[in-house]
Amino acid sequence: MAFEPVLTRNIHRPDSGTIEGYLAAGGYQGLRRALKEFSPGQLVEEVKNSGLRGRGGAGFPTGMKWGFLPKTRDKPRYLCVNADESEPGTFKDRLLIEKDPHLVLEGIILSAYAIESSLAFFYIRGEFHEGYRIFQKAVQEARAKGFLGTNILGSGFSLDIIIYRGAGAYICGEETALLESLEGKRGYPRIKPPFPAIVGLYGCPTIINNVETLANVTLIAERGAAWYASIGRPPKNTGPKLFCLSGHVKRPGVFEAPLGVPFLELLNEHAGGMQHSDRPLKAAVPGGSSMKILPASKCDVLMDFDALAAAGTSLGSAGGIVMDTSTCMVTALLNVARFYAHESCGQCTPCREGTGWFVKILSRLERGDGRPEDVGLLTGIASNIEGNTVCPFGEAIAWPVESYVRVFREEFEEHAKRKACPMKTTAVR
Amino acid sequence: MTIPVRPETDRKIDELLTVYPMKGSALLPALYLVQEEKGHLSEESMEYVASKIGLSAAFVAGVVSFYTMFHRKPVGRHHIQVCRTLPCALSGSDDLMAHLKGRLGIVDGETRSDGAYSLVSVECLGACDRAPFIQINDEEHGPVDPAKMDEILKRLEPR
Repeated sequence: MAFEPVLTRNIHRPDSGTIEGYLAAGGYQGLRRALKEFSPGQLVEEVKNSGLRGRGGAGFPTGMKWGFLPKTRDKPRYLCVNADESEPGTFKDRLLIEKDPHLVLEGIILSAYAIESSLAFFYIRGEFHEGYRIFQKAVQEARAKGFLGTNILGSGFSLDIIIYRGAGAYICGEETALLESLEGKRGYPRIKPPFPAIVGLYGCPTIINNVETLANVTLIAERGAAWYASIGRPPKNTGPKLFCLSGHVKRPGVFEAPLGVPFLELLNEHAGGMQHSDRPLKAAVPGGSSMKILPASKCDVLMDFDALAAAGTSLGSAGGIVMDTSTCMVTALLNVARFYAHESCGQCTPCREGTGWFVKILSRLERGDGRPEDVGLLTGIASNIEGNTVCPFGEAIAWPVESYVRVFREEFEEHAKRKACPMKTTAVR
Repeated sequence: MTIPVRPETDRKIDELLTVYPMKGSALLPALYLVQEEKGHLSEESMEYVASKIGLSAAFVAGVVSFYTMFHRKPVGRHHIQVCRTLPCALSGSDDLMAHLKGRLGIVDGETRSDGAYSLVSVECLGACDRAPFIQINDEEHGPVDPAKMDEILKRLEPR
């Protein structure tokens, strides 16, 4: 059966993004259906049955996450939308927000109904100026048509939404840092437990879902869990997925495919293959810069949560970064390390100090001042960071360091031995 | 204290205080409002926002310094942000940065003395399919090579 793109079905319409265009394409039918046919609890079950796993990076089952809310109703519940897309190599939520905001908004309304929340927050990365304007307009349109506000479509369910702009901090994509930021503070991740479902925004039970996750909820409400669960690699890797490809490819972009699509199909068919015909693939990161790197020889993998875990890496945010043979891995890792050193919130010592050390050591290796023991020092620091920080940011830098050095150890050692970079580099120093 | 912002900005901040379940959330949007008017966030502005929301000036300064989009010093009329993270780096962002430094006569992180331009390299802007990618104020451009950059500069300050 041929795969039918559904997350991106509207993005090429000339009226994409407007409510008229969205309604003309059958939009808000899922909401109408769900408000009539499902109780909130039944909608949670439907999402559980679909097998939907979070599209933000961790791949946690969405319905199960919703199920962690306390049964008591003494406090308000909040839905927070994580639109703080910042993982290097990832630009799929941006596409949804800018090109089909109502697909996302319908998913928000449905999800708020399912978790019985009457106030949702849309936390959008500050740099997404265009997305902010577009989403604001979408909210106004939806309110004017009665999809938001009091007694939505006569169902008795009411929902308002507040759009909140981040202000430039990668860490605020981590869900508890996002909550802190939303409360008007520095984005310091919180210690878990308690999990946000119990103690979240303003101390109240809170569900945080990624933009693409919520767009998937729209599809599930529209076509049902059984349809959804038949896509991809059931039972644990179901549904359509947006994959980003950037770096040394001919046509970088966002491509929709079922979960479990082969990486080489994304690279060669969707992204048009390598950028330069005389420079073959050297390595790729499948899921954003914080995931472990795969050498070309191991890139024959399926792109889903479990297949990539079995291959020793992760799907992450599905932000694939492709590097050809002109790439110096020391320079590439230095670039990645500098990102994390810049973005570390500074709360935990291993991460704050370790990221700075990485930049120092990698800089001297690349410059030609490296020492033979530097290569082991890198992996030693990585293992001291991993598991020793409040949030997964520690892993987000420990994993690339560990994997780049493991996979390309000779290249790192060569830098130290020759006291020079043996490559012509394409990445920034 | 005297109010360092225009009356309508002050009024908008009063409105913000009623929007959120807890008023602390008004901080980031209030800072944006003041920065929009003033161009940057001076100590006086931060003290003003702190007193509006009922926070200490030190707390507000701590928040301002955490986020890259809040400017503690004036930036240029055209604030050029060049993404330098891996996908942009693989696509030539270092060449673009070198070109811009030469064209504008300023270094990374500097504002030109005539106030026309400021230049800063930034981390991933989430547009890796348009690498190398830049933002000028809230406008997006990509992919940008040195020739395209020259065209953009000509449009910004024709002379």
